[in-house]
Amino acid sequence: MKFEHWFFNATPGSGFKPSWLIVAVFLIAYPGFSSDFFTFQIGAYSLILGTIALSLMMLAGYGGMISLAQMTVAGLAGYLVAILGDNSVGVMGLGWPWWLTVFVAISLAALFSAFVGAISVRTEGIYTIMITLAIAVALFYFVRQNYTIFNGFTGFAGVEPPTTFGVYWRNPLPFYYLCLAIAVLSLWAVFYISRSTFGLSLQAIRDNPRRMRSLGFNVAAHRIFAYFLSGIIAATAGVLMVWFNGRISPGSVGVEVVIDILVIAVVGGLRHPVGPFLGAIVFVLLENFAIDLIDRERFNTVIGLALLLIVLFSPDGLLGLWRRARQRLSAARQTRLAAGRATRDGGSESYNSLSNP
Amino acid sequence: MSNTRSSALEHLQSSGRNALELEAISRHFGALVALADINMTVRAGERRAVLGSNGAGKTTLFNTVTGDFLPTTGRVRLFGEDVGDMPSYERARRGLRRTYQISLLFGGLSVMDNVYLACSGIKRGRFSLRRPRRDDSTMESADALIRAVHLDDDRDALVATLSHGRQRQLEIALALAGAPRLILFDEPAAGLSPSERSELVEILQALPDHISYIIIEHDMDVALRVAESVTMMHNGRIFREGTPAEIENDPQVQELYLGNGQA
Ligand SMILES: Nc1ncnc2c1ncn2[C@@H]1O[C@H](COP(=O)(O)OP(=O)(O)OP(=O)(O)O)[C@@H](O)[C@H]1O
Ligand SMILES: [Mg+2]
Repeated sequence: MKFEHWFFNATPGSGFKPSWLIVAVFLIAYPGFSSDFFTFQIGAYSLILGTIALSLMMLAGYGGMISLAQMTVAGLAGYLVAILGDNSVGVMGLGWPWWLTVFVAISLAALFSAFVGAISVRTEGIYTIMITLAIAVALFYFVRQNYTIFNGFTGFAGVEPPTTFGVYWRNPLPFYYLCLAIAVLSLWAVFYISRSTFGLSLQAIRDNPRRMRSLGFNVAAHRIFAYFLSGIIAATAGVLMVWFNGRISPGSVGVEVVIDILVIAVVGGLRHPVGPFLGAIVFVLLENFAIDLIDRERFNTVIGLALLLIVLFSPDGLLGLWRRARQRLSAARQTRLAAGRATRDGGSESYNSLSNP
Repeated sequence: MSNTRSSALEHLQSSGRNALELEAISRHFGALVALADINMTVRAGERRAVLGSNGAGKTTLFNTVTGDFLPTTGRVRLFGEDVGDMPSYERARRGLRRTYQISLLFGGLSVMDNVYLACSGIKRGRFSLRRPRRDDSTMESADALIRAVHLDDDRDALVATLSHGRQRQLEIALALAGAPRLILFDEPAAGLSPSERSELVEILQALPDHISYIIIEHDMDVALRVAESVTMMHNGRIFREGTPAEIENDPQVQELYLGNGQA
């Protein structure tokens, strides 16, 4: 087993849990008791970042591949929305209808993701991180230097979601629900696929690529397809991101944000698809409110420290903390119950120890 | 023996195709010559044992046949087809299977998932994003295979938590999945208890006649009960070939085996 495995191997999704219902009710009711700021800047933004980090969780947790290019794929989709649709900068802005723009942007960005996969498919572990980081940096410099298509240093502004069914989608309330719908759909898709033939094959390739080859699987093709699928998720979130910001520039695909996605996914936990969303909420809250306590320059230090603490004390992220806390609680309850029974039953202890091993 | 089985066997044999032909195979690891000038033919339906002391090159021979890595020189023909630099997954799709000396399983998945994947390896729909249904034909063959190797009790257990013996059984199940035509067993009995050994022998003897296999086995008792021909390897070369009786009574083989303290 490779060193990373004990902290991010995800197991295939299991059945429905009642606690989900509580979370669902909370998420749907959330804008009802929140200000516009909390609905939009905190709620919607966490959902978008969480969805991008989810695309990384899918690759890393199920496929054992840590890619740093997920934000790059999302950013490329955002750029394509500005290029193919409308923007206020006067460069490109081909004015395609919104649905065609979105479809082509997501498709091309997902193909780019498959291309990233094809390049990095023969590498493993730290080498995958390095090569995907190299691709991310290359795209950053490319969009910064290319003025004809990507408008270089300035990038694009005035990118707006469409108005359909009489709804202006950039208003906090509809935009929040749009992001929620995309996040839930992506989460469900990852969850469902984890038990599909392809999803199982991906987890098996993570565990043992050599054996999969000797069973008849083209391991490289499966890995590339996984990049393509995760690219669809990242690109969809990338479209939401450019609508959220209204603008996109090289900084949107810079090294810092690229690494933020890894931080979010690791802090949240890579063993379950919900982890990245937890990580995103913590990240967005810190980003918005840590500023009040410390100055802007120290923000990265705080994030870095948070990452360090998580990796040191809970290698499987916040989700792992939560899981262990619950296990300890239920273990404590078990022993209390057992103690209660033992005093109650007095002499019949031997019978008890048989039935409650 | 059923009619369909023997007619399939006759068909294979009359077509004149051997399951495996190795021509002048060699494999070097730097200065080390792990295999030198190996020539071997395995007829369709033949069951052969490969014997030899530690480091004789037996596992390396398997690796060159499956394409886990390529031979330095020489030709490999599977069912009459030169598989030269064909990747191992293509060879698997032509009916080649193997087990590994040290189990290579999917520890993070259940026994059922492991066997299901082994059954899917040669089928269409490997990229399917749909969840397999319980009555899906691949699921059914996986279920049947799990019963055949007596793993039903552990069907839903996580593979990483299985005992050594059970993992060895699963290792064999993975090689029997799909429609194998030539199976390479690399020391399948290693570490098994006597009762597990006899179960293994039963499983091997019950394989349909058209399936050929090569089995690497240190335990002479097991090897001689499941094989009709024996190849003895030594220092990367073929040292003797013959029937089990011939090999057993060969004084030089006896000397080699006794000399290595393995009988
Ligand atoms: N990947 C490798 N790199 C370097 N040397 C290797 C490699 N694989 C095998 N060897 C060497 O090749 C020789 C033959 O090894 P091989 O594993 O084929 O022996 P074997 O007959 O299977 O032995 P055993 O009974 O111990 O399994 C040994 O000296 C071994 O050290
Ligand atoms: Mg060996």
